[in-house]
Amino acid sequence: MALEVVSLSSGYGPITVLHGVSFRAEPGRVSCIMGRNGAGKSTLLKCLMGLVPARSGTITLNGVALHGLPAHEVPRRGIAYVPQGRRLFGPLTVAENLAIGGLVTGNRPETLHRVLTLFPRLRERLTQTAATLSGGEQQMLAIARALCLDPRVLLLDEPTEGLQPSMIALIQEAIVVLKARGVAVVLVEQRVDAVLKLADRVAFMVSGRIVEDRDVSGLRADADAFRTYVGV
Amino acid sequence: MAFGPFLLLALMEGLVTAAVLALAAAGLSLVFGVMRVVNVAHGEFYMLGAILAWVVASVVPGPPAVGFVAALVIAPVLVGALAAAADGLILKRLHYDPEATIVATIGLLYMIQQATLSLYGPNANPVPAPFEWRIQLPWFGYSGYKLFVVLAAGVVLLALWIFMRRTKAGLIMRATQVDRTTARSFGINVDLVYMGTFALGAGLAALAGVLIVPIQQAQYLMGGDPLLLSFIVVIIGGLGSLRGTLIAALVIGLSDGTISMFFTPTLAKIIATLLVAMVLVFRPQGLFGARA
Repeated sequence: MALEVVSLSSGYGPITVLHGVSFRAEPGRVSCIMGRNGAGKSTLLKCLMGLVPARSGTITLNGVALHGLPAHEVPRRGIAYVPQGRRLFGPLTVAENLAIGGLVTGNRPETLHRVLTLFPRLRERLTQTAATLSGGEQQMLAIARALCLDPRVLLLDEPTEGLQPSMIALIQEAIVVLKARGVAVVLVEQRVDAVLKLADRVAFMVSGRIVEDRDVSGLRADADAFRTYVGV
Repeated sequence: MAFGPFLLLALMEGLVTAAVLALAAAGLSLVFGVMRVVNVAHGEFYMLGAILAWVVASVVPGPPAVGFVAALVIAPVLVGALAAAADGLILKRLHYDPEATIVATIGLLYMIQQATLSLYGPNANPVPAPFEWRIQLPWFGYSGYKLFVVLAAGVVLLALWIFMRRTKAGLIMRATQVDRTTARSFGINVDLVYMGTFALGAGLAALAGVLIVPIQQAQYLMGGDPLLLSFIVVIIGGLGSLRGTLIAALVIGLSDGTISMFFTPTLAKIIATLLVAMVLVFRPQGLFGARA
């Protein structure tokens, strides 16, 4: 299930943030988007989810148009989203957050079992409210909630931001498992080491435009690209 | 009558007030909690419930209980449908903007009130209680219907709690209440949730109106007092907190009942208003509300 974005423009009110972005995410591959703060990475993911309307261009999943759909219809097409800052339903329990994640697929027990096998720590916290979890556990829950949707495409917005190394390793392992299962992963990430470890392709964004889209193998020996577009 | 029995009578009257108030205020709190809409027209849904109860009781043949049971079902459903229409035609078009919806619901209040005056008239009409049973205590007799009101309100509020805590629809409403944007990204049709919530809130107010109308009379201006008291209750309890609303309704209802009987109803309202002022000064989020 390939997600294809062609000449996408979007923004907020009078401000245009995305200028003709074209991008492709393939099944079983991790496509990474990098760029400085304000480059438009998060807006791109929100636009893919229908949370920020597209002004022009197309978004298709296996040739079926997603642009113009109301936001609540997008996850029904198999796209899940882990927003920056997690945005969990804090007063709801872990089990209830996962149930919200599985709403559109009918909360299949086998999906929940698979998700809890990936993040066994959540199994011990099912009756705890999400707001009382540690930062790492909250991030696990944010990803687990999205996985309850049994997605074909997973959008992750800086999933390792502010986490301790052991948690980062756990989340990276989860991404590797998802990739092996054939999920198309779109990862917005600032950490170069994580990108080099996980990504198959890297697209660099500058001021709402994708200025370079390269295979990660070519980037391993090219630190200049990261310095130029990300500043690290 | 001696002080003890008089106090018991006052507390029983207060309990009836608290029960009806809890129903109406739960609707107001639900609408604010989920939709962030301060529904100034809420009292008119209560009034419409009472008026429709009179209409249904008038047209349904047979003993009063038949008409009353029919009103218990029909009035909340019709008022809920009206509220759903108002949501789609007015609130949704305003994108649920908090300030704009206050103005819009003030307009809705006058539209409903004046339409009722035109169609129903200015008279207050009685609706017979579904049964005339009285409980005889050693000191005084007490209306069995009033005890039924307390019981019925308790059952409905328990059902509401179960609905919110144990059902899929309740879970969706609570998730929408926390974060409507994230709720959308998990397939929740927030517009539909808002419509359902507004209808449910109005239906609860209408149900309170149906329950009260055999005690008071149905009249087109009767929505004012419950609106004021409902706002007092939800401010004290914490806007959006169902638990706070129920506890505050009990406190306000019981104090209203006892102070009204021992002193005057006006003093009861003054004390309730003072209580709101103190809550706003010392704990603006209400006793059980989350800090903004």
